[in-house]
Amino acid sequence: MYDGGKIIFGIIIFLAIVTFPFYSNIGKAVTKPDPKLDTPEIKKLTEKKCVESKEFMRAEHMKLLNQWRDSVVRERNRIYTSSEGRLYQMSLQNTCMKCHSNKKKFCDECHKYADVNPYCWDCHLQPKESES
Amino acid sequence: MSINRREFLKFAGLTIAGVGLSATNPFFRNSTEAIQVSPMPEALKAKRWAMVIDIRKFKTEDDYKRVIEACHSIHNVPNFGNPKDEIKWIWTEDYEHAFPGQENPYLPESLKHKPFILLCNHCENPPCVRVCPTKATFKRPDGIVMQDMHRCIGCRFCMAACPYGARSFNYRNPRPFIKEPNPEYPSRMIGVVEKCTFCTERLDKGLMPACVEKSNGAMIFGDLSDPNSEVRKVLSQHYSIRRKQELGTQPGVFYIIGGDENAG
Repeated sequence: MYDGGKIIFGIIIFLAIVTFPFYSNIGKAVTKPDPKLDTPEIKKLTEKKCVESKEFMRAEHMKLLNQWRDSVVRERNRIYTSSEGRLYQMSLQNTCMKCHSNKKKFCDECHKYADVNPYCWDCHLQPKESES
Repeated sequence: MSINRREFLKFAGLTIAGVGLSATNPFFRNSTEAIQVSPMPEALKAKRWAMVIDIRKFKTEDDYKRVIEACHSIHNVPNFGNPKDEIKWIWTEDYEHAFPGQENPYLPESLKHKPFILLCNHCENPPCVRVCPTKATFKRPDGIVMQDMHRCIGCRFCMAACPYGARSFNYRNPRPFIKEPNPEYPSRMIGVVEKCTFCTERLDKGLMPACVEKSNGAMIFGDLSDPNSEVRKVLSQHYSIRRKQELGTQPGVFYIIGGDENAG
């Protein structure tokens, strides 16, 4: 093999760089996201129910929010009828965040873990949170 | 083991049936598809929203300030304190600049220097809508030229197209320059164009636009297609002008100028 030493040396450096994320993270436990629902507003509710079921919201909240957005801005429909027949105003700031007033613990917790960066808060104002 | 023709056909048939079933089965469908939405019951409806501004009724500086402040405070319009970066939904301009081509040297002195309230004209043929490459700006069936900030890419074609200078670009992050943010309404971000929306969010709640509410009757808002509406009544009784009518955009904002009563 011509230049065998150089090639093997190159391969070792290549492997070292490629596997860097793995060995640099060995032994570091990543804390599981732990979104909190214990805002004062939710505690006050007698019937603790979101717009749709927990499972649905967990899986589909981003699609639901996108549809709410288009429907409000473009079609002038502001009322959402849930699958249980209850009515809600479709508004991130005035409906969602009125209950989930803990953006840091409710939104960011999972979004950070999953490394997704929705741009909602570039424009929409987040509720004022008490630092605790 | 090989399968014979008969077994293959059976299997293929079952597969096709399975695929067909799963497409109609709600379990496999995106469950947000069946979303049920409706307009607010108290929303004000019209075929063509329009505004009449009775400039005779704007007398003191406070009359202008009250109206502008009402709009800019509820819509989180930033104040950069610098005319280059200025964001304006509703603003003032003198006659000569508001109505170019209609000025003459013999206008009453009072009119020459009187500020006029300007805002987006919500044109019948909006040039900004024609040029928008992402359909972020669109005309609603009720005549309001609306902006979808989620779609705006900040190309500023609309600003070039608008003959009225009604659009402002966020050259800087507006957040730190909003004095008292209204938590009920979003702000904008750096790199989007914004303008007056005729208070769509208030119309949906059954309220008049903020400027109209605060104008003490100097601004009138209503349905141009309804002959009994207040705007039509006012327009039929007074001579009114519109900005740059010759361009054919058919502005939806009318101005009543009046004559001598402007003096003083």
